[in-house]
Amino acid sequence: MTFITANWNPLGEAFYRKSELYEMCWNLRDGLRDCLVAAAPYGGPIALLREPVRRSPSSRPQLEIYSASGVSIASFPWKSGPVVHLGWTRHFSMGQEVVQSQVLEAKVFHSPYGTGVAIVTGSSRFIMATNIDDLKLRRLPEVPGLQGKPSCWVVLNQDRQTKVLLSTGSELYILDNTSCTAVSLPGLAPQGGSIVHMSVSFSYKYLAVLTDSGHLWTGPSHLQDKMSEVDTKKLTPPKQMVWCRRPKSQQPSVVLMWDRLLMVVGVCQDTIQFPTEDQCVLVGEMDGVRIISSTNQELLQEVPLVCQEIFKIASMAPGALLLEAHREYEKSSQKADEYLREIKEQSMLGEAVSQCIEAAGHEYDPNTQKSLMRAASFGKCFLTDFSPGQFVTTCRELRVLNSVRESSVGLPLTHTQFKQMTLQVLIDRLVYRQFYPLAIEMCRYLKIPDYQGVSRVLKHWASCKVQQKDLSDEAIARAMCAKVGDSPGVSYSDIAAKAYECGRTELAIKLLDFEARSGEQVPLLLKMKRSQLALSKAVESGDTDLVYTVVTYLKNEMNRGDFFMTLRNQPVALSLYRQFCKLQEQETLKDLYNQDDDHKELANYYVTASYREKRLESRLSLLQSAVDEYNKAKNEFSAKATEEEMRLLRFQRKLDDEKGAGLLELSLQATMEALLALGLYKQAEQLYRDFRVPDKRYWWLKLKSLAEKEEWDELEKFSKSKKSPIGYLAFVEVCMKSNNKYEAKKYVSKVTPEQRVKAHLAISDLDGAADAAIERKNDSEIATVLSRCSAADRLLIERLNRASTAKK
Amino acid sequence: MGDTTFMQAIVWDEYLTGPFGLIAQYSLLKEHEVEKMFTLKSGKLPSADVKNIIFFVRPRLELMDIIAENVFSEDKMHSSRDFHILFVPRRSMLCEQRLKEQGVLASFVNIDEYILDLIPYDGDLLSMEYESAFRECYLENDQTSLYHTAKGLMTLQALYGTIPQIYGKGDCARHVANMMLRMKREFAGSQNQILPVFDTLLLLDRNIDLLTPLATQLTYEGLIDEIYGITNGYVKLPPEKFAQKKQGEASKDLPTESKKLQLNSAEELYAEIRDKNFNAVGAALSKKAKIISAAFEERHNAKTVGEIKQFVSQLPHMQAARSSLANHTSIAELIKDITTSEAFFENLTVEQEFMTGVDTDKVNTYIEDCIAQKDPLIKILRLMCMQSVCNNGLKQKVFEYYKREILQTYGYEHILTLNNLEKASLLKLQTSSRNNYPTIRKTLKLWMEDANEQNPNDISYVYSGYAPLSVRLTQVLARPGWRSIEEVLKLLPGPHFEERQQLPAGLHKKRQQGENRTTLVFFLGGVSYAEIAALRFLSQMEDSGMEYIIATTKLLNGTTWIKSLMDRPESQIS
Repeated sequence: MTFITANWNPLGEAFYRKSELYEMCWNLRDGLRDCLVAAAPYGGPIALLREPVRRSPSSRPQLEIYSASGVSIASFPWKSGPVVHLGWTRHFSMGQEVVQSQVLEAKVFHSPYGTGVAIVTGSSRFIMATNIDDLKLRRLPEVPGLQGKPSCWVVLNQDRQTKVLLSTGSELYILDNTSCTAVSLPGLAPQGGSIVHMSVSFSYKYLAVLTDSGHLWTGPSHLQDKMSEVDTKKLTPPKQMVWCRRPKSQQPSVVLMWDRLLMVVGVCQDTIQFPTEDQCVLVGEMDGVRIISSTNQELLQEVPLVCQEIFKIASMAPGALLLEAHREYEKSSQKADEYLREIKEQSMLGEAVSQCIEAAGHEYDPNTQKSLMRAASFGKCFLTDFSPGQFVTTCRELRVLNSVRESSVGLPLTHTQFKQMTLQVLIDRLVYRQFYPLAIEMCRYLKIPDYQGVSRVLKHWASCKVQQKDLSDEAIARAMCAKVGDSPGVSYSDIAAKAYECGRTELAIKLLDFEARSGEQVPLLLKMKRSQLALSKAVESGDTDLVYTVVTYLKNEMNRGDFFMTLRNQPVALSLYRQFCKLQEQETLKDLYNQDDDHKELANYYVTASYREKRLESRLSLLQSAVDEYNKAKNEFSAKATEEEMRLLRFQRKLDDEKGAGLLELSLQATMEALLALGLYKQAEQLYRDFRVPDKRYWWLKLKSLAEKEEWDELEKFSKSKKSPIGYLAFVEVCMKSNNKYEAKKYVSKVTPEQRVKAHLAISDLDGAADAAIERKNDSEIATVLSRCSAADRLLIERLNRASTAKK
Repeated sequence: MGDTTFMQAIVWDEYLTGPFGLIAQYSLLKEHEVEKMFTLKSGKLPSADVKNIIFFVRPRLELMDIIAENVFSEDKMHSSRDFHILFVPRRSMLCEQRLKEQGVLASFVNIDEYILDLIPYDGDLLSMEYESAFRECYLENDQTSLYHTAKGLMTLQALYGTIPQIYGKGDCARHVANMMLRMKREFAGSQNQILPVFDTLLLLDRNIDLLTPLATQLTYEGLIDEIYGITNGYVKLPPEKFAQKKQGEASKDLPTESKKLQLNSAEELYAEIRDKNFNAVGAALSKKAKIISAAFEERHNAKTVGEIKQFVSQLPHMQAARSSLANHTSIAELIKDITTSEAFFENLTVEQEFMTGVDTDKVNTYIEDCIAQKDPLIKILRLMCMQSVCNNGLKQKVFEYYKREILQTYGYEHILTLNNLEKASLLKLQTSSRNNYPTIRKTLKLWMEDANEQNPNDISYVYSGYAPLSVRLTQVLARPGWRSIEEVLKLLPGPHFEERQQLPAGLHKKRQQGENRTTLVFFLGGVSYAEIAALRFLSQMEDSGMEYIIATTKLLNGTTWIKSLMDRPESQIS
């Protein structure tokens, strides 16, 4: 067994280790010489551009993309102009202004707002975009006295602002949106010289500045104080200078790289020097620096504290003792017990287990991981209340990490990076690299809900699949259905949209058919101009607002005839459109009914419309149209009723003109009522006959009207005109309502025997009522009369009681 | 609402204020920086010193036009105010399009939706308060309300678990169930792991039972609604009976403003009597009166300090009970004045004749007289529709006679309303000689001769003899099941169906002995208070083993229902 500490180098209080990640799979003929190299952080891929500065205008350099382990992912010729800088972003364009002025230097940076880019133009101006997804170019203020490009510069992220720190050699400036401020480094020795190199840490919190005298100044990037100043004793400027820190770093450092030397300069003034043989590239990570050469890749990092404690020679930390105990245990040595007891005496067993688990996470070598985890597991046996969560999670995460670190996948993620990046992002990256089976396996292994896991992978797989031009629509649709099935959360409409983007409309339609949410199908179908299908899908969804949306769309797209025909085949859409027209477009409503030969609705339409007319003549003419339509609909009743209304309106207008009676628009009943009130008996009579008003209703009307006007003689005459169709009790009651007992009495005798008791009671004639009741020998009537008697009517009560008992 | 941090004013679609009053009181809104509240109307917005104006509206085009007008007249004065729209219950592309056409869409900082489908009205009652649902579904073939229903039921299931069994009767019910099943497939995977609260969902179309809402409700709450109208849990009553009578003080000036009372089960006494037949309310009230005065008498027995202390601690509760009793005694008196009138009695007699099938194929003289007396049109229409429904349509002569009477008496414009009622099958021409109603009535025992109003043993007590068809169907479904009444179901319009929804494993309820099953009954197109009372009665029956929760698109009675189906064109003749 090799000593784990063999590759540890002390730096101040801490240790640094440089461990190999990969032997690179690529085969580079000329090494990294004359190449522009950019590697994405978090173990990301490497982009390589050979001979960025063209030798001749016709030569086209090759842009190659490799995984971190050097497996070729893509390669294409670079067709545009000379390349100044290479960085990882999404695709974007910076627009005309940048094209016109020359780009001298560029830097790509990452911030909480996304990926940004800053450039220096030929006119020595800085242009910056903080987020290329939402590209807004900002021209920063001019830097006084700057000719050409500055000697060095970095992008800073401070107080939610992106700034540029630049040096023109002797001067240092901070450029923000509005101003250019001269600044100085606190505590930099006066003999320091001019600045030749700057580097900002991964978190933008720290700054390192190198001067031409070889002094390295480090401090927080807000430039308020100094951490240290170290003389590197090197006068040539390094090729690259990168911060090397980790979260909770004990001993942060800056890594400087010259042609054949790598120097780690600690804040504590200590340095470590590594000779290098090959051209290298440094890639800053959040917890270390990756060193890529043409043959291999290494990770330089500060040894995490917990690993130091466990593996440091002669360490007495609980974790170290536990590891030792477990080793002895495997050798079946009783020393295991001694070690264990020692930990337990300090009650540090829990701490020891935790340490081993944590350290395992930080180790790259699976064997080391295993021995640490076994030790932890061993220690756990002696604890009763240790929560297994940390152990289980770490086991799982290590398995995941080990599998993505495989050279074939090439994601050299540390546990710290993984935690920072999150599992979601890791899955996304695997998916973008098209490692679908691995991603799915991982989701299942980690038991991620389908929604965020398997489904997401499948979704991506599907949208990639539809782009495979060599497969037939049929084959792809089938494969899709088999693999994706109805995995929750996979949106077939999204996949279909992708297919449509690739120009495969037919495939898109096939795929849309698998979509369960009809609502989701609609927008794409409209985009593909399958409006009929869109309409039926909208109807299927039941979402009326969606139907309206499609209908409105169709209305604008189609000519009227086609539009109406389309609606005709979709009754639901048609009735919704009718609703819309009722509120918004009355005329269209008419056309719709006309098209369907719906005479009844057409007639109703005319009736409604007639009320909107301001002149009587226009109303009449619309009502006439209604009559015609009712006739066509074979609705005789309505036709006749409408004709009668027209007749009534004409009559009312005439009488209004003649007598100013104010009748127009009254109902027939109200008209007669008004006429009677005005004493126009003849006209009322005429309406009664012309409109065949039922006798009963007319009699009631006239009775009430005459009583109200107290035309008692006229009333009596009316009562005798023929036999009353409403009987005579009504006369009695109406008279009593006008408090005219005298008149009421006149009609009591005419009341039918059945109602006579009621009539007598109505005029408060108890004796009469009693007579009538006794005569009719009707118990309930007798009881009614009795209930109206008061104590004073003693005689009457006796009579009634006698009559009622006599009957029995 | 909490996220708009500055001072704000809310402009309300007037229709929403009632339902919103049930979930958020004004005082609560005030705590959330709501400075002012206005009603949405055309013209200029009233001035208010606020940064944000929030429109709370239903997604209706005519409202969009008003909002556009508001925004336009606003811009000239203040340009610094922010406008927001909250659509209730859902945003609408159509409305946003309209705002765009009006050129104001860009003035809105924020367009969002406030999803409010089912509003809790009581412990066992949810309503969407979607007034036009019945009209839209049956007259206009517009199923927007059903979409909202399905969405609302999905939300409910997200909160209370997937409902394993769905039964339904009617076209709308079928449509809602279809949408629910489809939506479930759409949400597959995001399925919640909640133990289902409801065992069964029963979807009922209003149009399978057109009769019930037409009949005059005879429960206490039903009568309050019939006579005074309950809106959003509140009733406005004539003030005379509620005048504060203080001793020694002659209260001459009676209050003129009507008395507004909140009615719900939180009030102990109301919960006790709301669902009783009105004829049993008097006895219940006097019994309560005795209990309360007995409780007050207790103070004489309280001797020790402890006893007195206990008595005093109960005082607030007793005083609340006493004022509640006073209120309901007054309401009962008001109602009694009406129910004992001859007009009420005659009307009820005719209704009961129709329901029992007496002379339904002739012109009814009572209806005729009412028209002659020019009684309110809606009353006439209710009776007419009832006769038509109980007779499976009216004979042509009878039908045309009624229609003519109405047009001549109340005006020709009602031809549109009559057309609507025909379209909704509330009125129809008898086409076949066969009348199904008696068969349905007999099979489902819709008429119970000996309805016991005081101590009911059957749901028919809510209409003093008539058992609401909708509730009877619900009752039969629970026991012995719909298979026993297949024939009758076929006579009612629309399909009947049963669907099952798969529950995630492990969520199957293990029922304990004697534990009730819970059914959610959803009335599509509205439900009356009497029907609710009948369902509550079933819940309380000891041997029913079933608990009912009621949901609906709208709480209605015959009057509000018929009103929603009327069309009254306004004359423009000057």
